Amino acid sequence: MTVGLFIPCYVDQFYPGAAIATLQLLEKLGVTVVYPPKQTCCGQPMANSGYEHLTTGCNELFIDNFSDFDYIVSPSGSCILHIKDHLHSEGRENEAVQVRRKVYELTEFLTDILKVDHLDATFPHKVGVHQSCHGQRGLKISQMTELVAEPFSKPVQLLNMVQGIELIPLSRQDECCGFGGTFCVAEEAVSVKMGVDRVADHLEHGAEYITGADMSCLMHMEGILRRQESKVKVIHIAEILNSSAQ
Amino acid sequence: MSTRGGILSAIRANQPELTVLPDVEPLKAYANKENLLAQFTTIATNIGAKIYEAKNLAEVKSVIQNNFGADVKIISTISELSDIADTKEYLNDLPVQLADVELTILQSDLAVAENSAIWITEDQMGQRVLPFITQHLAIIVNAKNIVATMHDAYSSIGITTQGFGAFIAGPSKTADIEQSLVIGAHGPRSMSLFLLTGD
Amino acid sequence: MSTTSTKDHAELAGQFNADEQRVDWHDETLWWIRQKRDKAVNQFPEWELLRETGSKIKEHTLSNLGNYLEAFEANALANGITVHWAADAKEHNQIVHGIIKKHGVNRMVKSKSMLTEECHLNEYLAENGIEVIDSDLGERIVQLAKEPPSHIVLPCIHKKKEEIGDLFHEHLGTPAGVSDPQILAETARQHLREVFLTRKIALTGVNFAVAETGEFVVCTNEGNADMGAHLSEVHIASMGIEKIIPKREHLGVFLRLLTRSATGQPITTYSSHYKKPRPGQEMHIVIVDNGRSVQLGRKDFRNSLKCIRCGACMNTCPVYRRSGGHSYHNAISGPIGSILAPNLDMEKYADLPFASTLCGSCSNVCPVKIDIHDQLYKWRQVIVKAGYTTKTKSAGMKLMQWTLSSPGIYHAAGKAGRMVMKYAPFAVNNALNPWYKQRDMPKPPAQSFDEWYKKNRGKK
Repeated sequence: MTVGLFIPCYVDQFYPGAAIATLQLLEKLGVTVVYPPKQTCCGQPMANSGYEHLTTGCNELFIDNFSDFDYIVSPSGSCILHIKDHLHSEGRENEAVQVRRKVYELTEFLTDILKVDHLDATFPHKVGVHQSCHGQRGLKISQMTELVAEPFSKPVQLLNMVQGIELIPLSRQDECCGFGGTFCVAEEAVSVKMGVDRVADHLEHGAEYITGADMSCLMHMEGILRRQESKVKVIHIAEILNSSAQ
Repeated sequence: MSTRGGILSAIRANQPELTVLPDVEPLKAYANKENLLAQFTTIATNIGAKIYEAKNLAEVKSVIQNNFGADVKIISTISELSDIADTKEYLNDLPVQLADVELTILQSDLAVAENSAIWITEDQMGQRVLPFITQHLAIIVNAKNIVATMHDAYSSIGITTQGFGAFIAGPSKTADIEQSLVIGAHGPRSMSLFLLTGD
Repeated sequence: MSTTSTKDHAELAGQFNADEQRVDWHDETLWWIRQKRDKAVNQFPEWELLRETGSKIKEHTLSNLGNYLEAFEANALANGITVHWAADAKEHNQIVHGIIKKHGVNRMVKSKSMLTEECHLNEYLAENGIEVIDSDLGERIVQLAKEPPSHIVLPCIHKKKEEIGDLFHEHLGTPAGVSDPQILAETARQHLREVFLTRKIALTGVNFAVAETGEFVVCTNEGNADMGAHLSEVHIASMGIEKIIPKREHLGVFLRLLTRSATGQPITTYSSHYKKPRPGQEMHIVIVDNGRSVQLGRKDFRNSLKCIRCGACMNTCPVYRRSGGHSYHNAISGPIGSILAPNLDMEKYADLPFASTLCGSCSNVCPVKIDIHDQLYKWRQVIVKAGYTTKTKSAGMKLMQWTLSSPGIYHAAGKAGRMVMKYAPFAVNNALNPWYKQRDMPKPPAQSFDEWYKKNRGKK
């Protein structure tokens, strides 16, 4: 099995640790991972701003980079959801369909494809789990509190395999952090307030770390935490699941 | 083209291809039919109604006489209550003349366990405005007439030719001010439900 | 974002956020209602089937709307109701005014109708010398405050009881400083009872109109619609064309969905079925299009016409809870308002589909399963293509497109100082950098993942 590793633009630039952990974790689990060097971005920032028609270049590049792999895996639910829902190609729609079918967010790849039931990881800390909206409501990697349905969470299922970890409860299990792409600057006041409130829920329940399967939400909450000079850190779930390798 | 014709032709030009109307029958299978009286009573109490179980009309009458003075205006559509209520004269009143009614006693044939709503038709109201304008409302319903869900309720109602009918659940209320519940908005300040359990 | 001079959502939301305690109070009040909704719906294992059934009934109705409207009209006429058709808000208002004029009166009582808010009926009638008094307590409160409702189910959810106390002191003569909801509600009861008893004409909204029977159903908790209608000599009911449902038995589905979704109540206190006028009474129905038939033709947006106006999407929306209904500057606020409004005026409401993080909670609580957040995304595409966006934003997006479409430029730009910081999602076109105002930037690492990979794995 060969997996193409898709590292979204902002993870590449700001959170290489999450990307490295993803790569190492997959390799530890016996997967051959290839990182195509010519990748940039899924196109979501433009599409969510109403400029989907400008994403043709990104789409073609994505197909060039990734159509040959068995699976495409990324440590970002939001980017994966964008590819799944909106990747199209005028000349190569068949390939686009194939790509849309084989893209996976990291935690769903671990639970659904690799069927991981054991991890050699230790992380002796109190951790709050942020359910990122696009991963949760878009990719359905966790059940949603709005629905009358059995609860489950793929990220939590994996975190429960980590030694020493203590997952803290939250008052609002799956409220949005307020990042929302360009929303975070276009609607600065509401975005910040959402972030402040989300972080406060974790802090009130004693989190030392806030984790999740989407770095963009974590980046937003980190921006708030650091402005508050909080000691609480954000950490991508891949780094916790890979923690014994450090 | 008339406005009507214009709207209808715009709709017909724009409406999508015909889809299938789903069946509501499968929903009925989920109904909890166990102890409908207890279900009904719990929910009615939660929404602010007062529940009385009574064997017969005499028991109803005695509760009413205990709760309301002899000097207040009471109206009822139930002829057996003519000794404690006006059961005829009010029919000649204009709706606005019913503004001073203290208590109205009505009878219903249908109650719903899942939401404690009572179905009451125009005939059973005497005058349409009565169950709304009265300061207090009492409704008598046989416990045998409690159905599980709204689906069952509409099966039972069918397509009556009555000019007006309403589901009424509890006293009138509002929570418009800071979500603080206030009982007695524009309609009745209280609702008493008499569940007849006799044979 | 909008090119009109009116304030957009972001600006109005910014004003609302100037008072953080008020934002917290607003957020927590609405979240509490969302929790009540959760508690209510979780008692029913068939809830998701109920939503699916409601959604499919509405879908079918929209696919046969012309016939159902005609059937409804025929049955209503047979029931003795007068039926009017209005192509737009103006025609609706003229019809209502015409009925009032015919009866030679200059005042009317009105229960809640979001359609009349959409049509700005009160303003129109006021200009024509007709006084309208709103009888829903929340609506009466915002009417006294000369404000529009901020929520379709909870019109004055943005107001504190002290502010309401001040309004009642000024207009209804309560003692200064009284803010007890019990006393205020009792005052309104006395004041409005007098109104109900003296108005010859009452207007109500319509929750559902049944094609099979020609009846319409109005749901209230307060009993105000019934007080107005049954005491009046003339009852006018205004409804949008999308209020139709095929059969009476379908009310079973929608009445189960409506109030549990709205407030967590099992049903409204009153669900009144108006089929025929009372002997001696006149009953009118005004069927209004006002852009709905156009929306019906928009494949991506027609599902918005399924809406039963429960307000659940507002209560759950993390943006609505923290920006307030007035920030949407439209009669219907929140997520559903943001997908309905651009159909009425794409330029004026160009900002609304962007007032969302696309978190998707709205679509999940919607009792008729409207894909609200997907429609928000789709409206963004339509609005941008139609040109209702600023030139600087477009230029920023084009630069981003150029950079992200080319790996060479992307990586060069990254090396040259974390290009993403300048053009990336969270910082497009940021002359004043709104990110940094209240949030820190991520610390730029020593090397990007790409650089790390080349160094550590490149020679493998």
